[in-house]
Amino acid sequence: MAEIVLDKVTKTYPDGARAVSEMDIEIADGEFVILVGPSGCGKSTALNMIAGLEDISSGELRIDGARANEKAPKDRDIAMVFQSYALYPHMSVRENMAFPLRLAKVDDATVRAKVDEAAEILDLTQHLDRRPSNLSGGQRQRVAMGRAIVRSPKAFLMDEPLSNLDAKLRGQMRTSVAKLQKQLGTTTVYVTHDQTEAMTLGDRVVVLRGGVVQQIGSPQFLYEQPANLFVAGFIGSPSMNFVAATLEDGALKSPLGTITLTDRIRRLAEEANAPREVVLGIRPEHFEDAALLEEEHKARGASFSAAVDVLESMGSEKFAYFTVEGELARTAELQELAADAGATDVPGTGSTIVARLSASSGARVGQDLQVWFDADKLQLFDPSSGKNLTYAG
Amino acid sequence: MVMGTVTTARKTRWALLDIVIVVYALIPVLWIASLSFKTKDTLADGNFIPREWTLQNYADIFATNEFIRPLINSIGIATIATVIAVGLGMMAAYAIARLDFPGKRALVGVSLLIAMFPQISLVTPLFNIERELGLFDTWPGLILPYITFALPLGIYVLSAFFREIPWELEKAAKMDGATPAQAFRRVIAPLAAPGVFTTAILVFIFCWNDFLFAISLTSTEAARTVPAALSFFTGTSQFEDPTGTIAAAAVVITIPIVLFVLFFQRRIVAGLTSGAVKG
Ligand SMILES: Nc1ncnc2c1ncn2[C@@H]1O[C@H](COP(=O)(O)OP(=O)(O)O)[C@@H](O)[C@H]1O
Ligand SMILES: [Mg+2]
Repeated sequence: MAEIVLDKVTKTYPDGARAVSEMDIEIADGEFVILVGPSGCGKSTALNMIAGLEDISSGELRIDGARANEKAPKDRDIAMVFQSYALYPHMSVRENMAFPLRLAKVDDATVRAKVDEAAEILDLTQHLDRRPSNLSGGQRQRVAMGRAIVRSPKAFLMDEPLSNLDAKLRGQMRTSVAKLQKQLGTTTVYVTHDQTEAMTLGDRVVVLRGGVVQQIGSPQFLYEQPANLFVAGFIGSPSMNFVAATLEDGALKSPLGTITLTDRIRRLAEEANAPREVVLGIRPEHFEDAALLEEEHKARGASFSAAVDVLESMGSEKFAYFTVEGELARTAELQELAADAGATDVPGTGSTIVARLSASSGARVGQDLQVWFDADKLQLFDPSSGKNLTYAG
Repeated sequence: MVMGTVTTARKTRWALLDIVIVVYALIPVLWIASLSFKTKDTLADGNFIPREWTLQNYADIFATNEFIRPLINSIGIATIATVIAVGLGMMAAYAIARLDFPGKRALVGVSLLIAMFPQISLVTPLFNIERELGLFDTWPGLILPYITFALPLGIYVLSAFFREIPWELEKAAKMDGATPAQAFRRVIAPLAAPGVFTTAILVFIFCWNDFLFAISLTSTEAARTVPAALSFFTGTSQFEDPTGTIAAAAVVITIPIVLFVLFFQRRIVAGLTSGAVKG
């Protein structure tokens, strides 16, 4: 059990690359914290500094209040699960799991008992005498977890532990990791580039971009109150829609029509000194097929009409893709997110909007649809700094 | 059905081809073996299978210093050269596989160059140098050039093996509570051992088989190894034909190689191909 504090922790690699800049995180005892961000943003570097596998260039790492910068990994009493699992190929599953205990000179009977217990928890009992090379991906992953839990360390560090599994297994393992962590109550730092894992697993999520912490908070908070464009675009799937818009006399001129701002949003935007040109962000679920709504409900938002390009029916809901006239919101953050998602800018003048509609919507591909959205749920961002102008945090 | 006959026909063709090649390659070896078991009188009778079997030739070579002494030289020189070349090669290969340092590509390039260098062009200068330095006809006089040529081979094969080791395991061991020394001894060394072993066998075979340096840089039994000594065999008297004893000695020095290759065939192939493809 441990409390881990990163105080302005910075990492500059010998080649001059700054992987992590002044990272401030306080992780409470027993907390499950997720470090999330696109690949190359410094997640592994941050984790390796906590582990002691990378030196800290400046700043302080404190474990249970004591400075740990100079401690060797073995003296930090922290276990780590690697993305590649890093199982010892020349040892059986039992020997792999027993290795940390053997190094700690635990007596044979205790080693046996602890390994058996961990194997029981992870459903590995019948594989104990096999070699890692004869196991499936999911089993190897569980052995890696087993090796981490046998010695009851102060904290677990996990570096994208599920990224080598197929989608279905990843879903299952995600649930079991969460359950295991709650059961053991051990402080855990979990690194992932998958926003779904970040949203579903952690007590708190730290969003990283280019080695800089963007925002720290509970998954729900990050979703509802993203501090900037980057967090807004990264958290949520499908991600938030962004279009360029102009603020004029309390109204918002956008490709989705001219929107009268609600009092709440106008006040927030004024407090934030919003510029004239802004980026408008709306989450897909804040749209609805206008035909399904009552007049009274409709009054709380605005509507626009557009042709449906693509329609994906998920059974319980439908995702409709539109192209609306007007400029695509282009900022450094959004381009970075698009690049990370593997998307290249689609040439064209319009921008694509994704809307989540009720399953009962009568939308048809190629036909115009009247789409309504909730005016109180929209978010405005400063295109130059990326700051959320409607952040109420 | 059709498929079945096709594969049978193919298999037969391949089997025939294999047999032809194996016979072609083995006949000289079998011929030497056959000669070594023949008596002096039937030596030249041209029969492939000896009509009169004898072990006299083997008894003869082990009865004189003419063979025993070179055998000791061979074993000693090849072993020492192997230990030193593999020891140095391990350090160089570790650096090449693990570290980024200026001149890394040059080092690999130069070692390739040395491995390809025509050895005969070095014989005369080496002969002169060793006579000046007093190394001529001594063990170090052979061990040094062997190391020179075995080292690039060792670096090559070892760095290919070392690159295959998942070095993240070293980090995992540290996280599991190992000191750097424990991580090396309990995780890295067991994984590196097969590669080191294979390299040692390859280097040993290289030294064991050398004839060129052995014949040029020795003049007496002080350092002459078996391949060179064979050409000096005279038989018990001047008028005796030494063919039988030469054949027996040739068989004796082939045995360790055959055993190595039989037991470690897969590893040796892995070592040669990984060196060839990835070096
Ligand atoms: N050993 C290293 N030397 C120099 N730069 C490195 C090294 N390791 C990582 N980096 C750089 O640091 C940045 C962060 O890397 P990393 O922490 O591995 O990212 P992530 O785990 O988020 O994908 C990257 O830009 C990467 O190129
Ligand atoms: Mg990483």
